[in-house]
Amino acid sequence: EKIPRQQMPEQPADVRRHNFDEVPLGYTPEQAMKEASRCIQCKDPRCRQGCPVEVDIPAFIKCIKEGDFEGAIRKLWEKNALPAVCGRVCPQEVQCEGLCVLGKKDQPVAIGNLEKFAADYQRNHGRDVLPPKAAPTGKKVAVVGSGPSGLTVAGDLILKGHDVTIFEALHAPGGVLIYGIPEFRLPKAIVASECRYLERLGVNFEVNAVIGRSETVDELLERFDVVFLGVGAGLPMFLKVPGEHYIGVYSSNEYLTRSNLMKAYDFPNYDTPLVRGKRVATFGGGNVAMDSARTALRMGAEKSYIIYRRGREELPARKEEIHHAEQEGVEFMLLSAPVRFTGTDDGFLTGVECRRMELGEPDASGRRRPIEIKGSEFMVEIDTAVISIGSSANPLLTKSTPGLALNKWGNIVADPKTGKTMKPRVWAGGDIVTGAATVILAAGAGRVASNSIHDFLTFGW
Amino acid sequence: MFEIVERQELAQGTIVSNWIKAPKIAVKAKPGQFVILRANETGERIPLTMADTDPEKGLINVIYMVVGKSTALFKTLQVGDSYRDVIGPLGAATHLEKVGKVVCVGGGTGIAVLHPITRGLKNIGNHVFAVIGSRSKDLLIMEDRMRAASHELLICTDDGTYGHHGFVTDKLKEVLENNKDIGLAVCIGPVPMMRACCNVTKGFNVKTLVSLNPIMVDGTGMCGCCRVRVGGEMKFACVDGPEFDGHQVDFDELNLRLRSYLPEEKLSYDMFKSAHKCSCGS
Ligand SMILES: Cc1cc2nc3c(=O)[nH]c(=O)nc-3n(C[C@H](O)[C@H](O)[C@H](O)COP(=O)(O)OP(=O)(O)OC[C@H]3O[C@@H](n4cnc5c(N)ncnc54)[C@H](O)[C@@H]3O)c2cc1C
Ligand SMILES: Cc1cc2nc3c(=O)[nH]c(=O)nc-3n(C[C@H](O)[C@H](O)[C@H](O)COP(=O)(O)OP(=O)(O)OC[C@H]3O[C@@H](n4cnc5c(N)ncnc54)[C@H](O)[C@@H]3O)c2cc1C
Ligand code: SF4
Ligand code: SF4
Ligand code: FES
Repeated sequence: EKIPRQQMPEQPADVRRHNFDEVPLGYTPEQAMKEASRCIQCKDPRCRQGCPVEVDIPAFIKCIKEGDFEGAIRKLWEKNALPAVCGRVCPQEVQCEGLCVLGKKDQPVAIGNLEKFAADYQRNHGRDVLPPKAAPTGKKVAVVGSGPSGLTVAGDLILKGHDVTIFEALHAPGGVLIYGIPEFRLPKAIVASECRYLERLGVNFEVNAVIGRSETVDELLERFDVVFLGVGAGLPMFLKVPGEHYIGVYSSNEYLTRSNLMKAYDFPNYDTPLVRGKRVATFGGGNVAMDSARTALRMGAEKSYIIYRRGREELPARKEEIHHAEQEGVEFMLLSAPVRFTGTDDGFLTGVECRRMELGEPDASGRRRPIEIKGSEFMVEIDTAVISIGSSANPLLTKSTPGLALNKWGNIVADPKTGKTMKPRVWAGGDIVTGAATVILAAGAGRVASNSIHDFLTFGW
Repeated sequence: MFEIVERQELAQGTIVSNWIKAPKIAVKAKPGQFVILRANETGERIPLTMADTDPEKGLINVIYMVVGKSTALFKTLQVGDSYRDVIGPLGAATHLEKVGKVVCVGGGTGIAVLHPITRGLKNIGNHVFAVIGSRSKDLLIMEDRMRAASHELLICTDDGTYGHHGFVTDKLKEVLENNKDIGLAVCIGPVPMMRACCNVTKGFNVKTLVSLNPIMVDGTGMCGCCRVRVGGEMKFACVDGPEFDGHQVDFDELNLRLRSYLPEEKLSYDMFKSAHKCSCGS
């Protein structure tokens, strides 16, 4: 008898839109084992080709099926330092699950849910043993930035016996995982637990360290044998339309940082405020936009719109996020682009004028290009706007670091096979190299760099 | 943790000065730069300029006016207490240049921000006129330190209780009239004061630096909260500034954005005051 894909139990939409608790509740061990038994253990697993870090998917799933949950997490850790995070946030439908053979006729194996299960089980029930560490090498590594790429580099190299210090500009480590992705999608306790684990292995964390200001990369190179740069793509882009200065217009970085890192949702218990809009529009169609629109609902919005200039097919967010957003009541205004914001004399946002778009020929990105329809302007009444159209490289560090090669967007040029930059003893990876991408790509870049750094520290190349 | 080693109340307790142990920041800080501080785990990130530093002792000096919840919370911190986070130095350092004669104008707590810049300008060989002002004699801060940092110090009070009876712009105008060879003005204080000073210096065609204080979150160029319009372009004050050419700044927009959280700030401050009524009096 065929077993159907196990549904992930979730908080009901009308309940969760009012709280910041995690949406999926997680598989029970029985459900996980049942789901794992769906995998046919392909000899040449397609799923694995879809995973950027080539997790041995059939092997970890086999462990779950047999109830060996510790074996499962060990298999995952071989390739992926952050399974609790990736199981939750990877765009599985275009990666591992997208290629699973079962997906041809039926639904693919729920690889992400199983990965999340294995990691959560270990965190909550697992034996608390630290992996063996190689003898100290006396070599010192500085990791700048504590997002997924930096955490991966630190975790890999500490086990190989090197002395590792992470420098983080904000007052808490985790990168986008802590300041960007909301609590209801990735509980901060999980990120904190990953960081604590590294700390117990011996990684030093120096928060409040803005490299480029507190200390330069060249100064770090005097104290450390190598430096890894994983500073992300943290510079917010604005729409560049009139009225962006009105009170209530946020970049998604600001909106999410206020609510996640500074816990504005718990104002006034926490001191940082955030405009609690009743009618919120988020501009953009990626994960960041979905996170902002869903945060707005939880902050008390009666209306939360996504305004996106292309169509539904083109929305770049994970399918699950779009689905969850819709369930919770986010309204999508597709094929619409903002023209200008309007506000009161004392500066409060009152609305946005938009223009309808139609799709033309595919552009360089392969997606159909939006074209304005003349005379199609319309007004939307809003009191909060969140601009979520992407982010680019923050020049703070790169400007103060001579010898790095940058591309025309300001990203650091690094060899994709090693993570080496043009500057001796400096490696880089993650969003600062690729531009805004994904957690698993950043973690994968961290793994590539840590292998290369280890070779350099051991053999000198 | 960043310990307070010296604390003073100025201007009848409306302004507080802290010397804080932050050795790494003290050796790096340059005039014009600021730090972001957080008192505790639930605290806001608050930007304050370094009014002074002592690199040998590893200390930085911040001087702040108590205007709301967070600064009132800061005021409760005594010698031996610590700030949970101090981040910096942030912002671009003032481009100190020898131009000959300069005039530095400060109002209110802006004087604290102005002080290291004034001293820096004097140290590299400029002849420095300084004009400082406050509403009333009791509210004037840093007179001695400003006197030492300049060649000629002029004082104004709105109510005439000390020095010239009137605004700093009166004395600024006088200095500019008497010294046609002034090459640079630096004006730092409340937004209306900076705007008025810029209107004066424009008439004399003297390049004018101002230091802007928009609301900030991260201070590293990540959030865009601190965006200001300068010469028609969007700038992030925390990384592109906080100093800008005053003749290019859109002060209206700055003023407007500073009022973003008035209701929330009031709620937060009122709750704080009712909780702290008996203990500290702030
Ligand atoms: C809201 C949001 C939702 C997302 N959702 C998903 C998702 O669902 N799935 C997915 O796969 N990806 C998602 N992403 C993308 C993903 O989070 C990023 O691609 C990934 O985090 C990049 O990792 P990183 O290691 O390059 O750096 P980041 O995570 O960006 O971290 C960089 C760190 O470096 C620090 N830093 C920067 N400059 C300095 C400096 N000068 N000195 C010291 N420290 C510095 C920063 O403060 C930050 O902590 C999302 C991103 C956002 C913003
Ligand atoms: C780069 C920079 C440097 C600064 N340096 C100093 C300094 O050296 N000394 C100092 O006293 N202050 C300085 N400020 C201003 C200081 O950060 C604010 O006064 C502080 O954030 C107020 O916090 P609060 O919670 O106490 O008050 P809030 O509750 O946030 O505000 C209370 C009231 O104060 C006013 N206010 C709020 N923010 C500001 C602001 N940024 N500037 C002026 N008025 C404001 C508003 O009218 C508000 O209603 C600086 C600001 C910046 C951006
Ligand atoms: S890391 Fe991401 S892509 Fe790879 S198997 Fe796990 S969920 Fe799939
Ligand atoms: S492709 Fe699907 S069925 Fe095959 S091994 Fe991978 S998860 Fe299992
Ligand atoms: S304070 Fe966030 S960009 Fe300046």
